[in-house]
Amino acid sequence: MATTLTPVLSAHWDADHSWSLSSYEATGGYTALRKALTMAPADVVTTVKDSGLRGRGGAGFPTGMKWSFLSPPDGGPRYLVVNADESEPGTCKDVPLLLANPHALVEGMAITAFAIGCHHAFVYIRGEVLHATRRLQQAVAEAYAAGYLGSNVLGTGFDLELTVHVGAGAYICGEETALLDSLEGLRGQPRLKPPFPAAAGLYARPTTVNNVETIASVPGIVLGGASWFTSMGTERSAGHGLFSLSGHVARPGQYEAPLGITLRELLDMAGGIRPGHQLKFWTPGGSSTPLFTAEHLDVPLDYESVGKAGSMLGTRALQIFDDSVSVVRAVTRWLEFYKHESCGKCTPCREGTYWLVAVLKRLEAGQGAPGDIDLLLDVCSNILGRAFCALGDGATSPVTSAVKYFREEFEAGMHTPADVLFPPEKSSLFAYTPRRSAQLAGVH
Amino acid sequence: MSADDLGQPVGRSLGQVHAAGYDEATRQRLATDAASILARYPKERSALLPLLHLVQSEDGYVSPRGIAFAAQMLGLTTAEVSAVATFYTQFKRHPNGTYTVGVCTTALCAIMGGDAIWEELTAHLGIDHDETTDDGVITLERVECNAACDYAPVVMVNWEFFDNQTPDSATALVDGLRAGKPAVPTRGAAAVVPFREMSRVLAGFPDGRADEGVGAGPATLVGLDAARRHGWTAPPFHAADAAADAPPTGSAPETGTPGSSAQRPVTTPSDSDPAVAKPPASKPETQQKGS
Repeated sequence: MATTLTPVLSAHWDADHSWSLSSYEATGGYTALRKALTMAPADVVTTVKDSGLRGRGGAGFPTGMKWSFLSPPDGGPRYLVVNADESEPGTCKDVPLLLANPHALVEGMAITAFAIGCHHAFVYIRGEVLHATRRLQQAVAEAYAAGYLGSNVLGTGFDLELTVHVGAGAYICGEETALLDSLEGLRGQPRLKPPFPAAAGLYARPTTVNNVETIASVPGIVLGGASWFTSMGTERSAGHGLFSLSGHVARPGQYEAPLGITLRELLDMAGGIRPGHQLKFWTPGGSSTPLFTAEHLDVPLDYESVGKAGSMLGTRALQIFDDSVSVVRAVTRWLEFYKHESCGKCTPCREGTYWLVAVLKRLEAGQGAPGDIDLLLDVCSNILGRAFCALGDGATSPVTSAVKYFREEFEAGMHTPADVLFPPEKSSLFAYTPRRSAQLAGVH
Repeated sequence: MSADDLGQPVGRSLGQVHAAGYDEATRQRLATDAASILARYPKERSALLPLLHLVQSEDGYVSPRGIAFAAQMLGLTTAEVSAVATFYTQFKRHPNGTYTVGVCTTALCAIMGGDAIWEELTAHLGIDHDETTDDGVITLERVECNAACDYAPVVMVNWEFFDNQTPDSATALVDGLRAGKPAVPTRGAAAVVPFREMSRVLAGFPDGRADEGVGAGPATLVGLDAARRHGWTAPPFHAADAAADAPPTGSAPETGTPGSSAQRPVTTPSDSDPAVAKPPASKPETQQKGS
């Protein structure tokens, strides 16, 4: 039987003023917090552990286990920091969640803070999503006024401050230790690990950093129980998740489904590839996850199956490209992103992304040199596993996977510009006439 | 508002220590705001990013006097503040236009049409990345993936979403901004606010516009719509308790119980082979999907 959608987080996104406290409460909002506050904190952690919830921000680390790794209480502060710095190319789930239902995050944070013994929690939200920031600020203010935050939450004696912290434009701050440095008022550069944040995170105190969707999933688990959550998804990839389809599909958007759904099933729901075209390549979980092709349409989108097929589930950001698209052009754009966003702290990533872009640009222009493909792979092998954080590793994914599946397009880059082979006006979603003719566009 | 009336300090010339600071009334006002920012954090240095947003809300960029002000508030040197300010692209090193117009040119938006929009706008406005029109209205930027890929190609104006753009719609948008007409985002406030007002929200001072605009755009709701059309739902919360009893007989399995439409077929080795899928130690061996 085909997998069907399971709206949980997205179930009320179309309600009138869905972002308001009254709308959230009308659909059962904050009952999970009331329930959690009657439980022993350790039992809340156990419930989340048993649910099999894994981090929805890309890495997929088991959430309850992450919480239980926190150093034991020593009387000092412990922190919950939510990563709302959604920036991975293709990823577009947390921002719509914050626009439509910020209270799901606030409630999840209150429950999580209670579970781990935290009395001051933070949301680090990307600075480039103004209206999502407004909605989150208002939700937090409403939650304070209603007694869900602040001192003596709902009369239980539990105290919780929640600070919304706005970033300032740096992809690297999605890396959890860079995020913590940024939150401490420093340049957002990753830290050497260990120590991990669970031992020495924010202000060198035990800290858990979790993604928005992860924490927003906690109230449902508390209400429904672990077995409710595991009734969706697969054995080791339990629960629901937002699958974000973008690109050359008839109906791009957010599809909340059990983990383990396939792209073929999602494409059926999304009306398929745009008419007259075939699927060429796609990312299962953002640009840092190796590309897939049409041969992967039936790979179950769970952590294990995607990993076994050579990529990563990541953030379930399914960027879909049809046969009109030059993979060399796409990869060059992605690498320009990584080059720009490399924080500069470590040499392999800083220099490597610079040279990858230089080589890719000449391939895109049809001016590649013999040996450029090997050069790309060599540079990648000197970044992968040698960079300070996952940004460098992620930057190699589009390059190595594109060469693996479409080597002939890179070879063509030694004599023919990408925009001659794949005219960009055939890929765009609107008709237009390029200002420069392809033949003359040798150098971009 | 234009760059001419930003009230920016005179630039520093050789031998000067700092450009002019704020007048006393302004400094007092900013210090009050700064105090409320500092109060949000257990350690004061955490206030630096919001303080720099506050400076931009006053000066339209991270001005020398703003850097000095932030340094003074936090007991840092101006070099320490500058080191942080220069790391983040949203902190502008020269006066910003009233509106930052950002065209997403990361791979997906670029290919869906962002590159074409960028070509059109640079030609139309006669400026390139991080440059400002002569009237001080528009600073043009190539921006990176802005978490709206399902609405590609995307243009951001002062970090509000303008979804599903074309070269024509983007040109009309910037022409309207330069003519002083309000710009209405696809998913955002009723109208885009100027750069300095935006910066104040980012510094943590709400502008009361959270209730404006839609909760979700069409692409955000496309999955929910499909689920409603087909009658698909997540398992109800009580299913877990219900399943503990005998499953109902003589009817379709309840959603969320074994055999119901919400159950995934066995598709991976880990679904059926316990040797492959070793459950976490804390999980009872008897616990199965849908139970």
